[in-house]
Amino acid sequence: MAATEETKVWPQQDILQPVPSELWPDSDNPDLLEINLGPNHPSTHGVLRVVTTLDGEVVVGVKCEVGYVHTGIEKNIEQKTYWKAIPYVPRMDYLSFFSGETAFCMATEKALELEVPRRAEWLRVIFQELARIHSHLVFLGTGSVDLGGIALLFYCFRARDEVLDLFEMACGARMHPRYCQVGGVAEDLPKGFDRRCREMITFMRDQIEQYYELIGANPIWLARTKGVGVLSPDFAIRMGMTGPNLRASGVPYDLRSANGGYGGYRDLDFQPIVEQGGDVHARFRIRIEEMRQSLDLIEKALDGLPEGPVMTDDRKIALPPRHELHTSMESLIHHFKLVTEGFEVPAGEVYAPIESARGEFGFHLISDGSARPWRVRLHGPAFVLLQSFAKLCEGVYLADLIAILASIDPVLGDVDR
Amino acid sequence: MSDVLQINSPTWGAPDQDAGDRIQAAFGAEAIVRRVEFRGELTLDLAIERYVEVCTFLRDQEGYDLLSDVTVVDYLGYTGEVAGYWGGDGRDINRDSHTGKRVVPEPAGPKRFGVSATFCKVMTVTDDAHRRLRVRVWVDEGESVPSLVAVYPSADFHEREGFDMMGIDFAGHPNLRRIIMPADWGGHPQRKDYPIGGEPVQFSDEV
Repeated sequence: MAATEETKVWPQQDILQPVPSELWPDSDNPDLLEINLGPNHPSTHGVLRVVTTLDGEVVVGVKCEVGYVHTGIEKNIEQKTYWKAIPYVPRMDYLSFFSGETAFCMATEKALELEVPRRAEWLRVIFQELARIHSHLVFLGTGSVDLGGIALLFYCFRARDEVLDLFEMACGARMHPRYCQVGGVAEDLPKGFDRRCREMITFMRDQIEQYYELIGANPIWLARTKGVGVLSPDFAIRMGMTGPNLRASGVPYDLRSANGGYGGYRDLDFQPIVEQGGDVHARFRIRIEEMRQSLDLIEKALDGLPEGPVMTDDRKIALPPRHELHTSMESLIHHFKLVTEGFEVPAGEVYAPIESARGEFGFHLISDGSARPWRVRLHGPAFVLLQSFAKLCEGVYLADLIAILASIDPVLGDVDR
Repeated sequence: MSDVLQINSPTWGAPDQDAGDRIQAAFGAEAIVRRVEFRGELTLDLAIERYVEVCTFLRDQEGYDLLSDVTVVDYLGYTGEVAGYWGGDGRDINRDSHTGKRVVPEPAGPKRFGVSATFCKVMTVTDDAHRRLRVRVWVDEGESVPSLVAVYPSADFHEREGFDMMGIDFAGHPNLRRIIMPADWGGHPQRKDYPIGGEPVQFSDEV
C-alpha cells in the first residue's frame, strides 16, 4: 500500500473510548440481560469467558475475561537454560505449535548472531507451513461447528491427521515436536518423507476443493457469514491486529514477504494473499486460500531443498553428533557442558517476530549474558486480536457473536500463556 | 545465494536513527536520554514526561501505525554477582544452580523497571520499507508510567498485563485491573522477587 496522508491521521477521540477492548451498554435499562458465555463452552475455543449483555437477542455489551489457562510460561522460561526452554513454547499456541518453536529459536539465534544452515532454514519453512495448515484445519472444522455445520469438522480432522503424521515421521511427536533447535533443526528428514509429503499435498488439494463445495455455495453459510463482523483496515491496525485477520481486511502485510521475508522465505517467491471485505466470510475464505498457498510453498521447498547440514557447526551451541561421543573426549565434554550448563547468550535485548498462523508471533528476549534468559516476553497474536472482538460484536445477534469469535480464531493457550 | 543465510531478522529494517533525530529536533535534545543499538534494533530511552508526546509524534509524523508490543522488564538483581534467585521456605527451587550467571553485565538502566513499546510501520509504507522502533522509559517501584491507550488503543491488554504481572501503574489507563491472575491475587508474579516455589497452594482452604 502506498504511503497516503489519510492513513497517517488518527482521530484523537473516537469510538474506542472509554475502553478500547470492551463494549459497554449505553443504557441502564433494567431489562438488559447479562449472561456468561463460557469459560467452559465449546464455542469459546478453549476457556474464554465472554460476559455478554443482551437486549433481547441483540448484543449490547461484551467483556472478555481471560486467564483461565495461565501457566506461567514466561516465568518458567526464566528458570531454564535456553536449550531447555524450547519445549515450553509450543504449549502456548498449541495449534500452530511449530511457529512458536521457530520464533524462540530465531530470537536466540539473533541474540547469538548465529548463522543457520540453509537446509535447516528450508526445513523450518516446510514445517511452519505444515503447522499453519494444521492450525487452519482446526479453525475451519471447529468454526463450521460453531455455525451449525458438523460435517466439515470430520473432513478437517481427517486431513489434520495426515499433517500430524508428517510431524510424527520427522521427529517422533505429533504435536509439540521440539524439532526446531537453536542453530538448526534436530535431525534431517527420514527416508520416504518426500514421497509421503507429496501424497499429503495431492490429498489436501482435493480436500480443499471439497471444503469449498461444502461451504462456498451453501446459502445458509453465506447468510450467516457475509457482511457480519466487518473489520475495517484502520480499526484492525489500531487494535494491533496482524495475520490473516488483517489481510482479510485488505492490508497486504505478511512478515513472510515484508522486507523480503525471514529465514527460508527469502528464497521462495511469495506474495501474501489478500481478501477484501473484512467480514466473517472473508476471514474464512482467506484461511482456505492460505492452506492452498502453504501447499504450494511446501511443494516448492521440497523441490528445491538444498543439500548440506541441518545444524550449525558451532560446537559451543550445537550438540556433537552421537557417534562422536564414543571416540572423542572433546565431544563428550561439550555434550556434558551443553546439557548441564547450556550456552551463554550476550547481554542485550532482541525482538524477533515471525508470521504464525494467526499473526505476528514475537519473542522479546532480554539476556543478561548468562545461560538463562533474564526475561522472555511472549507476544502472542491471539492476545492482541482478542482486543478487537468486543467492538466487532456491537449490535449483532448472539448467534453472530459466536460466528465472529470463531472467525478471528483466538487460541486461549496463546492468550493466557 | 550463499551457503548460509544472514541471521539478522529483516523484520526490523535498518535502525531508524533519523526518527530519533527528528524527535530531538521537535522535542529538544533531552527528550531522548540514550540510544541503544543491539543486533540492528534501535531502542530510544525517553524522558518519561515526553513519553506520550513522542509516541504520538511517532504515530502521526513518522508513520509507526502498529503498536506491536509493550514489555515490562524487572531488572532487580540484574548486575548482581549471582543471578538473584531468593531462597524460599518450602521447596527451595529458586536458589541459584551452577547454570547461573558468570558474566556480570552493565546496568541496563537507571531504575528497576524498564517499560518498552515496540512500533512497526505497516500501512504507511510499501512492501520493502517496514521499519521497527522501540522506545523505553524507566521507573522505580511506586512510580507511574503514562498510559498509551489514548494514542494506541491496542496498548490496553498489554498495559493491563504489565500492571498484573509487574505491578506497574499506568496512569490514565481507563480500565487498569488484573487481566490474567484472579482479581484478589496478592503480589505480581513476574517480578524477580516473587518466588516460583514455596507459595501457599491456592484454593486449598477448608470450605
